[in-house]
Order: sequence, then C-alpha cells, then structure tokens
Amino acid sequence: MPRNTWKFGPRPDMERPGMAPQYSKELLLSMYRKMYLIRRFEERAAQAYTQGKINGFCHLYIGQEAVAVGTTEALRPDDYQLGAYRDHAYPLTRGADPGMVMAELFGRATGYCKGKGGSMHIFDVEHFVLGGYGIVGGQIPLASGLAFASRYRNDGRVTVCYFGEAAANQGAFHETLNMAAKWSLPVIFLCENNRYGMGTAFARVSPMPEVYKRAAGYGIRGEPVDGMDVLKVYEAVKDCAAWARSGKGPVLLEANTYRYRGHSMSDPATYRSKAEVEQHRKGDPIPKLRQYCVEQLKIPESEFEKLDAEVKALVDGAVKFADESPEPSLDELHEDVMVEPGEPDVKPRERVLGAKVEWPRWPGPQEYRVTWDLEPRAQAEEAEQQAGLKQPARA
Amino acid sequence: MPEIAWREALNQALSEEMERDVNVFLMGEEVARYNGAYKVSQGLLDKFGSARVVDAPISELGFAGLGVGAAMVGLRPVIEMMTWNFAVLAMDQIVNNAAKLRHMSGGQLRCPIVFRGPNGAGGRLSSQHSQSLEANYAHFPGLKVLAPSTPADAKGLLKAAIRDDNPIIFLEAELLYGVKGEVPTGEHLLPIGKADLKREGKDATIITWSRMYYFAEQAAQLLEKEGIHVDLLDLRTLKPLDEEAILASVRKTNRAVVVEEGWNFCGAGAQIADLLQLKAFDELDSPVERVTGLDVNRSYAAVLEKATEVSAERIVAAVKKVMYREEGT
Repeated sequence: MPRNTWKFGPRPDMERPGMAPQYSKELLLSMYRKMYLIRRFEERAAQAYTQGKINGFCHLYIGQEAVAVGTTEALRPDDYQLGAYRDHAYPLTRGADPGMVMAELFGRATGYCKGKGGSMHIFDVEHFVLGGYGIVGGQIPLASGLAFASRYRNDGRVTVCYFGEAAANQGAFHETLNMAAKWSLPVIFLCENNRYGMGTAFARVSPMPEVYKRAAGYGIRGEPVDGMDVLKVYEAVKDCAAWARSGKGPVLLEANTYRYRGHSMSDPATYRSKAEVEQHRKGDPIPKLRQYCVEQLKIPESEFEKLDAEVKALVDGAVKFADESPEPSLDELHEDVMVEPGEPDVKPRERVLGAKVEWPRWPGPQEYRVTWDLEPRAQAEEAEQQAGLKQPARA
Repeated sequence: MPEIAWREALNQALSEEMERDVNVFLMGEEVARYNGAYKVSQGLLDKFGSARVVDAPISELGFAGLGVGAAMVGLRPVIEMMTWNFAVLAMDQIVNNAAKLRHMSGGQLRCPIVFRGPNGAGGRLSSQHSQSLEANYAHFPGLKVLAPSTPADAKGLLKAAIRDDNPIIFLEAELLYGVKGEVPTGEHLLPIGKADLKREGKDATIITWSRMYYFAEQAAQLLEKEGIHVDLLDLRTLKPLDEEAILASVRKTNRAVVVEEGWNFCGAGAQIADLLQLKAFDELDSPVERVTGLDVNRSYAAVLEKATEVSAERIVAAVKKVMYREEGT
C-alpha cells in the first residue's frame, strides 16, 4: 500500500467550478427526484408524528438532502453506507421501498426491520445500507470494520460513514480515524455538519469547529464541501471515493449543511433565530438544482412538475401502505435475538413484498486467501528501531 | 492425550480455526509481534501474517467496533482484550452494537465475533485489574457468555465460539494460562450451553465455572475425607445457562452451593439461586448457599486481598452448612 502523502490544506485542483454542465440529464433528474423524495417523505413523517402514528425519537433530514443524494450518486451501488439516527434518507437514496421505510417508522410488521428498529435503526442490507445507530459516534468504529473487510478481501468497496459534527468529539471518532489512517482503510468519514448537536452549537464545545482540519492529526486527507449543493457533494465524494478505492487511505470530508427542523420532532429549536433558519432556506438545495436545470440546461418546468407529482403519489402510497400494515405478531418477540444454527438472514423485500432480491453474499471459509501484509515486517522493524533512537530534540 | 497448558490449548484452537476459515482473524493489543501479553497467540503472526494477526493500537472501543463492523459483512473476528477490565472501555460497541445488530436489523445481519481475554483476579493487582465481569455481560440479551475451566474445555469451546454466528464473550483467567490438562489434538468441539458434571456425589451440588472450578475441586477432596460426596457441576457456559443439568443434579442431592469469583451483589450465582427456588423449591432441603468474592474493591496488600477471595475452606463450610453439619452443631 502506498504511504499516505496527503498534506493538510486545500489542493489547487479543489477549486471546483460549481455546477459545470458536464452532467447528464438523467443524473440531474435522478438527483432532483431523490432529494424531493426525501423532502416529501420527511414532511409526511412529521405529519404522521403529530398524528401520533410515529412515536419515539424521530429525526428529520429536511435541509440535508444534498448530502446523502450527492454521496450515493457518486458511489458504487455495493459500497457500504451507514450513519447515525437521522437515517431515513440513506436507504431512500439507494432505492429502498419507501412504504417499507415508512412502515418501520410506524412500527409495523412490514417495516424494513419488522418494526423492531424504528426511525433510528433502518437497515437495508440488500442495498448495502448497514444501519442507523442511536449512540452518537457509535457507528464510526463499525465503518472501519467494514473497510477493514474490504481491504482484507480486496473487494474494491469503499465505506461511507455519515456522522454529525458533534460525534467528532467522541472518543470513537479519534480511535477510528487513527486506525483507519494507520492501515489505509478505504473509508470516507463524511461529517454532516448541521451546526448543532441537539441544542448545542458546535463551536460552544469545540475549540476547532472545522471538523475537516482534524484530519491533519492523522495525516490523512481532509476537506470541506458545500453540503447544500448536491453537485459539489457529488464531485467531492466521487473524488474521495476514487482516492480511498485506490489504496490511499481514508478521507475526512466535512459537508457543511443545515437542518431546517429541530434536532428531533420533540425539539422546538429555540436555540436559533427564525432569521437564521430563513437565511439557510434561501440556499435550499432542491430549488437550487431545479433552477439550474431549468435556466442553464433548458429542461422544461413541466418535467419537474411531472416528477413532483410522481413523488407525491409515491409518498402518499408509502404512508397508506404503512398505515394499513399490521402490527408485528407477538411471535416475533423472541425472534432475532440470537441466530440459531442454519438460520438464514431475513430479506425484507422478499419477506414483505415477495420480491426476488439479490442478497449480498460473503465469501466462504476457503474461497480466497489473504497473502498481503497489513504491516510489513520491515516497516515494523524500522519503526521499532527508530522508536528508541530518534529522540525528539529538547528545547 | 497430550498434557498442555491453557494458553497452548487456546493457541491450538485459534490456529486450527484460522487454518480452517480464512475469514477468521485475530486482533488485539500485543497479539502479533509480542506474541500476546499472555503468549496465547505465540507464533500466529509468523504462521498467518500481519493482516490476520493484527497488533491494534490501545483503543479498546475502536478495535472492538472494528471487529463488529467486520463481522457484519461476513468476517469472523477474534478480538483479544488484554484483560476484561480494559474491555469496559469497549462496552458500548459490545452491548449497543454487537448484541443488538441482529435485533435492530430485523434479522438482516448477524454478528459472528468472539471477544476473549483474561477475566478475574491476577494476584496483587489491586482493584482496576482484578474484576470478574461475567455477570455484566450475561445481563444483556444477544450475547453468549462462556467461562470454561480446563484446557480441554477451553479449546473445545473456543473453536465452537469461533464457528458460532452470535457475539460471544469468552472469559479466560489470568491465573489459569499456565494450568495444564489433557487436551485432544486436532478437531475437538464442545457444545455451547452444556455444563459438565466433573465429579459425582450424592450429598450436595457445587455449581461453579471458570477458575473457581479448581477451588471447588479442592473443596470436594477435603469433603471426601469427611465422608461427604458432592456433585461438582462446571457450567462452562453462563449464557445460555444449562438449566437442565443444574436442576438434574440438585434434584438428586437436594442441596446446592454456588461458587463464583466475582462480587455477591447481582452476581451470576444469584440467577442460579433464583432458578433453584423457582423450579426446584420442593426438592431443596436447605437454602442455596453462595460463596463469592467479598463486595469490596480488591486491595493490593496481600492480607486484604486474601480476605476478599473465595477459598476451598469457605466452600467446605458452605457445603457443610447446606447439609446442616456446621462446626459445633
């Protein structure tokens, strides 16, 4: 593996020319559709929450759509993704069934996780979305394990680990970046900096509030990106994924974004002003992309109106599906606690919709060999020799 | 059958399973170039290379979580904790992630991982390095907890643990690594969740696990000199608990003593006493006795440390108590 040679600071080739017209119409419309799907889905989830149909903690992604969509579009479909509890968007970008995601929020048997996980724990393994996690920063070490598996088996996958900026103050963040950097693991640590950890402005609890700068401490590549611009996210993730995939090690990418709603449905967000929220709404990534497509690329408005109507109908259908779905059977209570010998994994779309699904298959005991070194002997010996000899100069 | 030490039995289990399945890898502090803090992984780096025997930084939370992530996508990590005291730092990854993945994902994921390392007292190590933490892990749904006593059981159960599709807490004991016993060479698998009746008698049942087995055996020998014959049931697995074996023995002897190294309050032995009062109430001729470590932090000073420990003498006294044969009565 090449040694990591990234030097901290913006690169000259980082000056990206905004929304350059090199994107296909299909890609742009796909991005728009996915962002609008998330927006509409979350709005209907909020409505269902106020109606008492969704309970517990429910964290909405409204405002941050450009991050998940730009990221997914830039990845291979079998690259791993996982994130925290603001997680409805991740499977939706990957082609998950919106009705089954909504059903999970409703706590119904037809949800992706049989209603056992709820809003904070949505897993769509078929689409390599490996969960939403409820302990701040708890998913970060897992990401290094997914990336370790990719290096171990040399399967060319990249892992994207979403986390909020506040998670960067957890020990898990430090421990993981240290290991991932030392072992050049193919992972993008994608910080979604939405400015607040619940009600605490990040700068109130962080002496260096630009998260990407912490990459310097691990000798890895770190950079910020405008998280309110889907094409900028797309470009950045594409570049970072190529970097990580080629063996150059992890990247710490900080997407500066903003959530329009409170931390969760139970948070009235009194710690920020209406004017602040309004200002950020002016940079809303969805109308921004639409305006660009209409004005610069002359895609007719009517195409977007058609898309909007389709998405609205899709989400209406999702809510209806969730609402009409049964609650889990009590027989489920003792299922999925332990795996019994020979017990297969549950494939949600097959279980709920009877769909034929292509399920990830991991290589068996003798299907490959591991012949490469994580730490070549010579490298280890050199480090050992220098550890005792190279004393730092005393002032 | 060759007689080998605990650490060699574990080494055999690891080596055999790594040969059998390329998905198995070992990660932990000092496991590779140092050959293991307790020499359990002696020679494995040379045999399997640095991608499969990995020296981790001192980041228990981090590499425990790395293991869980790798297990989610089909690898079979063995994560060595230099001691279970340090694994307290990794508790979040073990209980919030490993133990809950199958459940949270609605059965989409499994987490075949083994966390292993020494548990319990080391001898003159004071309070932070001497804890028996099995009850903590046994408390959480989604984990299996193994605590064998003999080298043969250690080998057979570690191999079974590595092949199991669930997260496993495998508790060794620092003071057992040098203990020798007969161990079958090659394939030797034991079922998880099955206790072993290591000694048969009619008068009382001693139920124990891990290092306390040796204290119980010593007590049983002392009792035999006085004509008292005990069943000595070595649980080997704490969770899932072999209720059948416990009940079968106590229904025969009608008296039970539960011995554990850890603290009394909310110790795993309390669960066994509860099982007995619930399912063998009518068969019990006396209250269940528990012999445990004292409910205090362990001291460095020899005299204080010794006073907190379980001893064969205390077990003997407990057996006599359940038989109403206390001194002077």
